[in-house]
Amino acid sequence: MKRLAGMVLLVLAFGGMLLAEKAIPLTGAGATFPYPIYSKWFDEFHKKNGNVEVNYQSLGSGAGIRQVTEGTVDFGASDGPMNDDQLKAYQAKHGFPILHFPTVLGADVPTYNIPGVSAELNFTPDALAGIFLGHISKWNDPAIANVNKGVNLPANDIVVVHRSDGSGTTYIWTDYLSKVSSDWKDKVGKGTSVNWPVGLGGKGNENVAGLIKQTPNSIGYVELIYAIQTKMPYGKVKNAAGDFIKADLASVSAAAAGAIKTMPDDFRVSITNAPGKTVYPISSFTWLLVPSKFSDAGKRDALKTFIQWMLADGQNYAESLAYAKLPQEVIAKEVKALSKIQ
Amino acid sequence: MSTTSTNLPSAGPVTASRSFVSRLREGDEIARLLTFLCAASVVLITVLLVFELWRQSALPRHKFGFSFFLTRVWDPIAEQFGALPFIYGTLVTAAVALLLAVPLGIGAAIFLAELAPLRLSDPLQFLIDLLAAVPSVIYGFLGFFIVVPLMREWIEPALKKSLGFLPLFQGPAYGIGFLTAGIVLAIMVIPYIISVSREVLLSVPRDQREAALALGSTRWESTWKVVVPFARTGIMGSIFLALARALGETMAVTMVIGNTPTISASLFSSGYSIAAVIANEFTEATGDLYLQSLIELGLVLFLLTFILNGLARLMMLLTTRRGTGMGNA
Amino acid sequence: MTSRLRWRKLISGFMLTMTGVCALVAVSVLFLILGYLVYNGGTSINWAFFTKLPAPVGETGGGMANAILGSAKLLLLATLIGVPIGFFGGVYLAEFSSTQVAFAVRYAADLLNGAPSIVIGIFAFAVAVHPFGHFSTLAGSFALGLMMIPITLRNTEEFLRAVPRALREGSMALGAGKWTTIVRVVIPAAYRGILTAILLALARVAGETAPLLFTALGNRYWSPGWNQPTASLPVMIYTYALSPYEDWHRQAWAAGLVLLGLILMVNIVARVILSRGIAVPRS
Repeated sequence: MKRLAGMVLLVLAFGGMLLAEKAIPLTGAGATFPYPIYSKWFDEFHKKNGNVEVNYQSLGSGAGIRQVTEGTVDFGASDGPMNDDQLKAYQAKHGFPILHFPTVLGADVPTYNIPGVSAELNFTPDALAGIFLGHISKWNDPAIANVNKGVNLPANDIVVVHRSDGSGTTYIWTDYLSKVSSDWKDKVGKGTSVNWPVGLGGKGNENVAGLIKQTPNSIGYVELIYAIQTKMPYGKVKNAAGDFIKADLASVSAAAAGAIKTMPDDFRVSITNAPGKTVYPISSFTWLLVPSKFSDAGKRDALKTFIQWMLADGQNYAESLAYAKLPQEVIAKEVKALSKIQ
Repeated sequence: MSTTSTNLPSAGPVTASRSFVSRLREGDEIARLLTFLCAASVVLITVLLVFELWRQSALPRHKFGFSFFLTRVWDPIAEQFGALPFIYGTLVTAAVALLLAVPLGIGAAIFLAELAPLRLSDPLQFLIDLLAAVPSVIYGFLGFFIVVPLMREWIEPALKKSLGFLPLFQGPAYGIGFLTAGIVLAIMVIPYIISVSREVLLSVPRDQREAALALGSTRWESTWKVVVPFARTGIMGSIFLALARALGETMAVTMVIGNTPTISASLFSSGYSIAAVIANEFTEATGDLYLQSLIELGLVLFLLTFILNGLARLMMLLTTRRGTGMGNA
Repeated sequence: MTSRLRWRKLISGFMLTMTGVCALVAVSVLFLILGYLVYNGGTSINWAFFTKLPAPVGETGGGMANAILGSAKLLLLATLIGVPIGFFGGVYLAEFSSTQVAFAVRYAADLLNGAPSIVIGIFAFAVAVHPFGHFSTLAGSFALGLMMIPITLRNTEEFLRAVPRALREGSMALGAGKWTTIVRVVIPAAYRGILTAILLALARVAGETAPLLFTALGNRYWSPGWNQPTASLPVMIYTYALSPYEDWHRQAWAAGLVLLGLILMVNIVARVILSRGIAVPRS
């Protein structure tokens, strides 16, 4: 028995060492918003470049920013771009700047689980702000019912679900709400982690979707693909032009169209509540956070190769997962910016 | 027992004081040193643990001082951190857990110690010990998929209907919240209460029971009025142990408590506990003040469990010393 | 029989039955847990679970092969870190130490034992992740090893102490030195208890999730060597359970069943070993 145990231990130890092949392991952490497309990309990229393994942990944009600043991961990911203070902190800690690279376009959708209601609900900006502020507490409130005539909304209490972790998805949502509701802007504001007036907290897009799925009468905000993959209904939102728009490839791309001309060099831009008739108002880019200097040339080249692949072939996977492709102009700009990574 | 070291000389002449080198050669001194190093490293590690917790929580301690424990606000953007919601949540869930686990646990312990024949009692205790071995994440998993819907569909509405006049049972029934977390914790700490209480009860001398029975008490009366009070301190110890465990639980709680820093009189409300907030926000705490505030919370938790564990040990020590003594302490 | 006596007897019968009910409730919870896991997990365990790597998010058909190996590696290294310190520390306490030192060491071990696992995680992060700049299997093992130390130490000490003096004195009378006595006589006499202690410590940390969250992190692939983040069963269960994907839920049930099954088996084996050996005090 002892000998057997010893042998098992030896085998395991060797196994651990044998797996130390010449692979280039890259570790990244951050946003759960693009996790479905990222995990697909890293899988496909690994199939083409067998020695590059990108281990991406979807811990939330807040964690992505933190860990890449700490240097415990090789790259980060966030749907809320790093603000100036965070950029300064990174520069101060490492001595070189960190770069943002947009990867895809996505959307935050209001998804809900109302027993008996499978229709697509319309939401006005005021209704969304009111629900998440806790002012609107029942599903049959006039603010919701008036724009959803024909739907039998029950008189049940609304259960709000939001993120408990630092989230770019939250950043997009609160950025939008801050633009459309001065009440929200004063009371809560925008950020990856805010002081929510009401609701339950879930960790990651995954847990929010999971919670909504399990909890009747709930509403929350998730990235589009999570609502689609879990077959949950999601609502249309009234955009700045006054139309109720559903999030899809066209409406999200339309939101980005206006920003192309004014895209700053560091790619940090907000496209929520963009003007335009067909625009979905809660759209956003999502970014990879890449250090501009790598001490390990192997890792640097692997990551650069990945980004090049992502901007070319990778974009073709986006639409099947309901993410909109980057506009061509942005891609061209990014390819040029790749040279900044040394 | 092992304080006198008997170094018997193996072959050579007996000398009054054996030189260090010869003892070294004998291997005893090396052994002593090696094992001492290991034992000392345990102390070192523990000291280092407390030191790191203290050192890495310096920022919030200096900035907020004592008001850290009285502030309700947890706002990472405004960099305002207050521990009150987490302390509240930790204490409330622990209280609910104990309220449920203590009667059940002591009851079961009484059954196992007094009524069940040893042939039944030992295997049952074995099964209950297995319950203590179930990992926290599995309790959380089961809690999320079984207890939460149960609470949401049946138990919370029923409580609302019958006891809804109490602020404890008001508000929407999410299924997730303080009450559910408390129930899951109760299931997790029952085995500790049972196993320790059972041992303590078993160690109560027979003559106590027999004296009570001889005086005409019923079985229950002898148990409840004589045996249990005799074992009172040990049972209290088990409760402290259970409490310490409940306070430190992370995974099971974070999966069913709702993860919102709320203070509410209602048990149906969602909340947060110290361990849960650390688990959720540690990897993403941007900014040193944020991270160190979380570490300060960890320090608070550590101190709480340290005090409780110490009290528990003290109580058990008092019980075993009293084991053959007379009457009440 | 007076009516008062009848009443007291009634109460007695009732209350004692209630205690039986309490015990029944406590024990049935265990069976409920096992039953549920077997029911949900049993149907989801398949060959893919044990051999495949996780699939991209939202796609079905992945497995937890890397998490199983990851957990095995974590536990192996944790044992190598925690058991020697705990074991030799226990030997010191039982065989060599003075009462003051023993008190200090035992106190420290109790402190370490009572520390919530999340606090151990914070400490391991500060010591094994932050200075090195990355998450790793080593850091995760360090955290788990720390948790194994107090259990191993206390139990080793107790079982060594329980070995009768006569054995030691007999050995010394035959001319053996102290260390030889310990190694050749005392430890073999107590080996069952010590082995039990190691197994129990292992079972305890096998299911720990919180300390791994910020030490070993996680990995969608195999984790080569000891310096990379690694997947582990408990963390996978946590991640998958909270997700909205049915496929992931099923995998989490399967993982839960495998994990719990292994932990319970180790516990049962440990107690069987103990009961077959010398009657020694339980800790």
